[in-house]
Amino acid sequence: MVRVQVVVVAVVPGASEREIGWLSNGKFVTTEDFLRKTRRIAVASGKGGTGKTTVATNLAVTAVKSGLSVGYLDCDVEEPNGAVFLNPDMAMTQPVNVSVPAVDLDKCSGCGQCGRICQYNAIVPMGQQVLVFPELCHGCAGCWLVCPTGAISESRRQIGQLEVGKAGPLHVVQGLLNIGEVVSPPVIAAVKGAAPDVDLLVIDSPPGTSCPVLESVRKSDLVLLVTEPTPFGLHDLRLAVAMVRALELPFAVVINRAGTGDGETRAYCVSQRLEVLAEIPEDRQVAGAYSRGELVCDTMQQYRELYAELLRKIMPNTASMAARSA
Amino acid sequence: MKIAITATAQSLDAQVDSRFGRCPYYLIVETEDLSFTALANPGVSQGSGAGIQAAQFLADKGVQHILTGNCGPKAHQTLAAAGISVSVGCSGTVREAVEQFKTGKLPAASGPSVGGRFGAGSGGGRGRRAGRQ
Ligand code: SF4
Ligand code: SF4
Repeated sequence: MVRVQVVVVAVVPGASEREIGWLSNGKFVTTEDFLRKTRRIAVASGKGGTGKTTVATNLAVTAVKSGLSVGYLDCDVEEPNGAVFLNPDMAMTQPVNVSVPAVDLDKCSGCGQCGRICQYNAIVPMGQQVLVFPELCHGCAGCWLVCPTGAISESRRQIGQLEVGKAGPLHVVQGLLNIGEVVSPPVIAAVKGAAPDVDLLVIDSPPGTSCPVLESVRKSDLVLLVTEPTPFGLHDLRLAVAMVRALELPFAVVINRAGTGDGETRAYCVSQRLEVLAEIPEDRQVAGAYSRGELVCDTMQQYRELYAELLRKIMPNTASMAARSA
Repeated sequence: MKIAITATAQSLDAQVDSRFGRCPYYLIVETEDLSFTALANPGVSQGSGAGIQAAQFLADKGVQHILTGNCGPKAHQTLAAAGISVSVGCSGTVREAVEQFKTGKLPAASGPSVGGRFGAGSGGGRGRRAGRQ
């Protein structure tokens, strides 16, 4: 279970007004955290293809059925596929723009400072030119702030889009990074920024352990790491565990296709004292449902119960919250 | 003429490395007398933009031409701006490549030989987008 408990609620000397107590890990909790009713569950995995989206979509739909208000945020913006299973109607679509430099060569003195400040090789003064590689730019503003002659100005460029809609009562937000773009965090930030005010947000993170994943899991109340019990799966699970530990986020493990592996994954979880919240058995019927774009929590009783149990574990006070929102 | 060759190790008998931005070493060779210096690639584990950084690095060294296996569009554009020509498709040892270049068998390429992120390995593009749209 997630150990996030306020053990002291008192005025702490030296704390700002917004900090009202300590968490069990020694950190302060702010009034904002304390009053926030939305619970944010990020579903992540060290690699692709572990069934992360399956877990995220089934969990979101199960939560809706139990009476909670729920938002599903598809932050896997390079390949958002939650919508394949949820079939949302997207009511709103809007572009996601980022800042990029525009260079006026007539004003450039060739001093080279823009190239030196850029950490991403996105602007390169070379010979008589200043090359700009917009796909590499992170929009940090460094180059136009440092340019001594005012040759660089800020311009805007679309890198993807944001879609907001609903699948029945379930709120669905997804981001889509344009093909050829490599910098996805701004699109992920837009998805998270469009999150509805609900009891539960299920955040489908991109696979891996890089910047986009950090952006996706940031500020979540619990990270569910979905893994498969194979040697590759275990390797990637170790990386994912190291990442969430470094971020000091509460997390737990879901083992997908359980029964296929060699028990090493479970042994690792025991040795690291990781909580395994669910084991989803290897089942041909699940693969069949997946290929038809169906959710097993809709069509198969045993999985309806499995996801209901998972939901109870991550939302211990589900019943009371559902009663409140009813 | 001062040329740079992408190499797997620090000698003239090392193999030519096919990756322009992510090879371990650059051998800067004087074609007249085959005198050379070997430089470790500072951007070997760079994320995006390794080829651009390599092009800047070699431009700073005063290199006039490059022999390599493949060169992507961003690196090519940066080299072109620096006035550095490139021959792609080189293989064998560094010494062999230099000899072939001197006899005119390795003409300069007019454009990039591969798309972006060639040689980026597992840390690079996820290659998951091929099927979409
Ligand atoms: S805005 Fe930042 S990342 Fe973009 S080119 Fe300028 S310095 Fe580089
Ligand atoms: S900082 Fe400004 S003046 Fe200097 S090279 Fe870049 S664009 Fe030109």
